Amino acid sequence: MSIGLNHYLILSAILFSLGIFAVISRKNAIMVLMGLELVLNSANINFIAFAKFGGMNIDGHIAAIFVIILAAAEAAIALAIVLNIYQNYKHVNVDEIDKLKE
Amino acid sequence: MNPEQLKILGSSFLGDLLKSVNLFYPETALVVTFLLAILVDLFTRNRPSCKMSGYVSLIGFFVTAIFLCNSPQGMSFAGTYAVDAFSIFFKWIVLITSFVIIVFSFFSKELFGEERQMGEYYTLIVGMTFGMFLLSGATNLILIYLAIETMSMSSYILAGYTKEIKRASEASLKYVIYGATSSGIMIYGISLLFGLTGSLNLSGINAYLAGNNVNHITLLISGIMIIAGIGYKISAVPFHFWTPDVYEGAPVTITAYLSVASKAAGFAILIRLLNSAFTIHAAGDTINTAWSVMKNVDWTMIIAVLSVLSMTLGNFVAVWQTNVKRLLAYSSIAHAGYILMGVAVMNYTGVSAIMIYLAIYMFMNLGAFFVVMIIANHIDSEDLEDYQGIGYRSPWLGVAMTIFMVSLTGLPPTAGFIGKLYVFTAVLNSGMYWLAVIGVLNSVVSLYYYVKVFRNMFLRGAEKANQPIELSLTVKVILIALIIPNIALGIWFGGLVNWANASAAMILK
Repeated sequence: MSIGLNHYLILSAILFSLGIFAVISRKNAIMVLMGLELVLNSANINFIAFAKFGGMNIDGHIAAIFVIILAAAEAAIALAIVLNIYQNYKHVNVDEIDKLKE
Repeated sequence: MNPEQLKILGSSFLGDLLKSVNLFYPETALVVTFLLAILVDLFTRNRPSCKMSGYVSLIGFFVTAIFLCNSPQGMSFAGTYAVDAFSIFFKWIVLITSFVIIVFSFFSKELFGEERQMGEYYTLIVGMTFGMFLLSGATNLILIYLAIETMSMSSYILAGYTKEIKRASEASLKYVIYGATSSGIMIYGISLLFGLTGSLNLSGINAYLAGNNVNHITLLISGIMIIAGIGYKISAVPFHFWTPDVYEGAPVTITAYLSVASKAAGFAILIRLLNSAFTIHAAGDTINTAWSVMKNVDWTMIIAVLSVLSMTLGNFVAVWQTNVKRLLAYSSIAHAGYILMGVAVMNYTGVSAIMIYLAIYMFMNLGAFFVVMIIANHIDSEDLEDYQGIGYRSPWLGVAMTIFMVSLTGLPPTAGFIGKLYVFTAVLNSGMYWLAVIGVLNSVVSLYYYVKVFRNMFLRGAEKANQPIELSLTVKVILIALIIPNIALGIWFGGLVNWANASAAMILK
């Protein structure tokens, strides 16, 4: 059996679901951010797989590179914000940061 | 490829690039402003709360406005970026809002109360403006994603700029988690749409969808994922969960900025996506032809459902709010619902109604948030209970807030009435009567909580009249400058309507 487009798409769908699951279920802010990285990388797998098997031009590769760069930038900003949360609350537990509620 | 072919390719590439640079002057001016603001900040580092880079940004916005006035129109950068009347209209809304927000910031006690480095604050506002400029003209899915991220990343930091205040840092954490999740979902949707159609350009997607049969379910899922990413920016239900918390926690100036500028840019890209990618374009389409939406997926119904949910939830939850910023947050969700009605119509009447509404919404919302900021400067509170007697302590603030509230409700003779009138007319003309009925009923509900603000200011706490709030002359001038468009556009709206009608068309390639 050879590895085809469907295998990659299933892999990326699983990765996407795991990422969303981590965002929803994890309490630690760092874990939530790791879930987000999974989501972004599942999109990357899709882009590359479509570019390789779909007979498409270079667009897919370029898109993946853009997503990688933006993921890095976003992680930098998100970690800075988490650091600031730690300085204010002395923990990074997302569930306990709930001063703003109706 | 032989040298001859390479030469032709090179010259066409260079020619396109040179043409594109001509179309890119306003954005270039913003980037230069961004760099200058950083430089000026470096030289004024040892003087905290220095407003120098704020003034540089204001001058930069002015220069951008001059370029925007004389901007030619066309497609640029190999068909990834459209400079058309539609995008220029939205750029004006974004630019005016950014200008006003920087002026507001000079009066904010919240921002200048501590010894704080303010250079990055102005720089990030300029960066966010740049992102929203790109978003209003983007016609390529990757550029759309890039522009949304440019504006989001600046706004994550700005929401938590007062970093020692706990609620501001909480707001920025919630904003970054919700924002990154929704943009992750959006890029996954983009990757599916790319796989389905083999193109990232909206026109390429459109051509493929018009000529081929694609899997409806996949198209529906990818479309909804992309709309989720945009819906987050315009805070439409069910992507609104961040809105109340972030609006309450962030500095008032940033709340006002998010509620006007990001929303306008989000609507610009939502309309462009639906029109350019999912509508059939016949040769000889004019501005008066109705859009023929592709039959494979019922986008009209999806947008209409989002609109009804946003209006109803926004208005009904706003009724229970006790914090004015939170109340305005739910009111902005409700307004997103009204504007989405115009999107659901899916024709150019709807688009020009949206543009009229957004231009008016800009003035009324900025006004309301300015009053909230000035009151917070004096009484250190945003609670509705503490607003008792404000009308007697400072008739200026009381009267101004009343005018903005009446305008937000949409009663004549204010500008808000004209905005609502055009949106409802567009909905009725398209025959979606049920949507118009729900919209009108929602407007009635909204009257209740807007009047509650008025009631607390004027009908209660008359005994506090002996603690007057003194306003400086500049604050009074700004209040008048914000009241004038709210009244004037309710009476002389012809100019705005003509401009919006002339700007509703988009360039396709």
